[in-house]
Amino acid sequence: MRLLECEAKEILSKYGIPTPTGRVVESPEQAKEAAGEVGCPVVLKAQVPVAGRGKAGGVLFAETPEEAEDAARKLLSTELGGLRVRRVLVEQKIQIKRELYIGVTVDRLARTYVAIASTEGGVDIEEVALRSPELVHKLQVNPILGFQPHHARILAKRLGYRGQQMLSLAGLISRHYRVAEDCDAVLSEINPLVETVDGQFIAVDAHIIVDDSALYRHPELRSEAEGWGLTERELEARKAGLAYVELDGDVGVIGNGAGLVMATLDMVKLHGGRPANFLDVGGGAQMERVAKALEIVNSNPRVKVVLINILGGITRCDEVARGIVEAQRRSPSSKPMVVRLMGTMEDEGRRILAEEGIEAMESMEEAARRAVELAFGGA
Amino acid sequence: MAVYVDAGTSVIVQGITGRQGSYHTKLMLEYGTRIVAGVTPGKGGMEVHGVPVYDCVEEALERHEANASIIFVPAAYAAQAALEAIDAGIKLVVIITEHIPVRDTMTIIAHAKRKGATIIGPNTPGVITPQECKLGIMPGRVFKRGVVGVISRSGTLTYEIASALTRAGLGQSTCIGIGGDPVVGLNFVEVLEEFLEDEETKAVALIGEIGGNLEEEAARYIASTGYPKPVVAFVAGRTAPPGRRMGHAGAIIMGRAGTAQSKIEAFREAGVAVAEKPSDVARILTERLKGSHESI
Repeated sequence: MRLLECEAKEILSKYGIPTPTGRVVESPEQAKEAAGEVGCPVVLKAQVPVAGRGKAGGVLFAETPEEAEDAARKLLSTELGGLRVRRVLVEQKIQIKRELYIGVTVDRLARTYVAIASTEGGVDIEEVALRSPELVHKLQVNPILGFQPHHARILAKRLGYRGQQMLSLAGLISRHYRVAEDCDAVLSEINPLVETVDGQFIAVDAHIIVDDSALYRHPELRSEAEGWGLTERELEARKAGLAYVELDGDVGVIGNGAGLVMATLDMVKLHGGRPANFLDVGGGAQMERVAKALEIVNSNPRVKVVLINILGGITRCDEVARGIVEAQRRSPSSKPMVVRLMGTMEDEGRRILAEEGIEAMESMEEAARRAVELAFGGA
Repeated sequence: MAVYVDAGTSVIVQGITGRQGSYHTKLMLEYGTRIVAGVTPGKGGMEVHGVPVYDCVEEALERHEANASIIFVPAAYAAQAALEAIDAGIKLVVIITEHIPVRDTMTIIAHAKRKGATIIGPNTPGVITPQECKLGIMPGRVFKRGVVGVISRSGTLTYEIASALTRAGLGQSTCIGIGGDPVVGLNFVEVLEEFLEDEETKAVALIGEIGGNLEEEAARYIASTGYPKPVVAFVAGRTAPPGRRMGHAGAIIMGRAGTAQSKIEAFREAGVAVAEKPSDVARILTERLKGSHESI
């Protein structure tokens, strides 16, 4: 779950990390008022959970409350990354001396958190790491020992600070690490962390992604932006507990197992077709779940043909077949269907489908080819 | 020979009284896996499919010899179960559970490293050495003992490729699902090292997917060591859009990292054959193995 900037900053503040004075507004009038309150000049930032917001025009500056009103009007009438801007953060503009980066993320290879710091703040850290890796300082953190004060001092030193300022930065780096750990973040970044002209450190932009698997133990962490940018069908699938991702093609795909479904999409593309979605019914899916999956895919007007690829292990082919029949009974669809069944209770599954005039194929690659032919209007 | 599990593996099932745990205990017993005990706190004294249940791993080990554990405990308690198994001295822990918080997984793995235990998973179908030991939830009949070592991040896609290997008469030495989570106990390189030492394994099928950089790391390892056994890779997710999670928690392209293209290029540069289709894995391996026999 990706938090909005304003939500991430609220958490940072609770941990004693300074952020610019600011207010979240939902209208140009509120923006004008907020600008007067926090004091001009101000910066107005669209609150959308998408990367590269600045480049896309989601950040504007204003010298007066009137300018802030205009800027907010502009932001609130735009779309960023396909998302309508509903909230704008109005913040005091900070006098920048230097822009730093600090972050915590999961190092998948080392299987630890890694704390990152760089003097190259304000830009895409991945780009910096590619261009000049020597400017990106990383420390792997042993999960049992945790992040120790000396780790923070090492990073602060590497960024070139000394004395009181080094200690103050190290303290901030430690507190930020605690934020990441306490929130079960898979990524937490302050970028830029600004060193002001008077030597203070302020988190000017922040970005936190919480581990979805850990949300059960964080009832306090909820994002306004949850579900933004998802289609109606994606929201419906999420409610039904189905892993569904919509794409822009016309071959609807349903399968069991993430890897198998991804490979099925790839086969559709390999045969010259375009997948309309990814849908994994998961292991051991029962009739009802399969029926729901098929209903969701069928309800996408772009879908011309549905390809169902089941390799039964814990999943039983007869349950899948019953689900397909049930979906057809509930909301009959004239879209052609190509079904591949293999594995547990395969014969029974085939029999059930045959009764409804649906033929089940054996090879997933043949099934994908057939689905693509049908999408192109072949017989 | 085989890797990780064989006929000598004796197993404790943690979470044996749950629906999944009980069901798969039955299937593993039918396959011939030696399951000596089950553990569910508070359910000590019960029996599940003839397997005695204990309240804790330590108690189970006082009564039985076991060297492996398989965990079916729900996500919120799975980490505790794994730590308990490691503390009790179990050296191989297979974690089937999906949706364990990444932070918990990192702790489990760090503790396992300290205690010399191997973690397979989480979010894995498990590990199988055909006709000897099935420590997992995979459909046993898909697998047949043979010469190909299989390493994979996925479940059903592995069964797809394994059954093609079986049909091609190659079979599998051991088949390991390393798991679909962002952080897992075994990476490809560690399993490749095991297969290198295993005489029975003549070739390796490596099944990757988008997300992370374990495949790139495997490619570097294969190139830098001049890995002597033929390796064929398949990478799922060429059509996956960036920033979207494709079913597995670990299957997500973040920024520029973790694309199928990057992995495929890394393998090609390392001289690893990359299969376009799942069925190509068995076909290419058949050719490679024939080739290597001829050259001997």
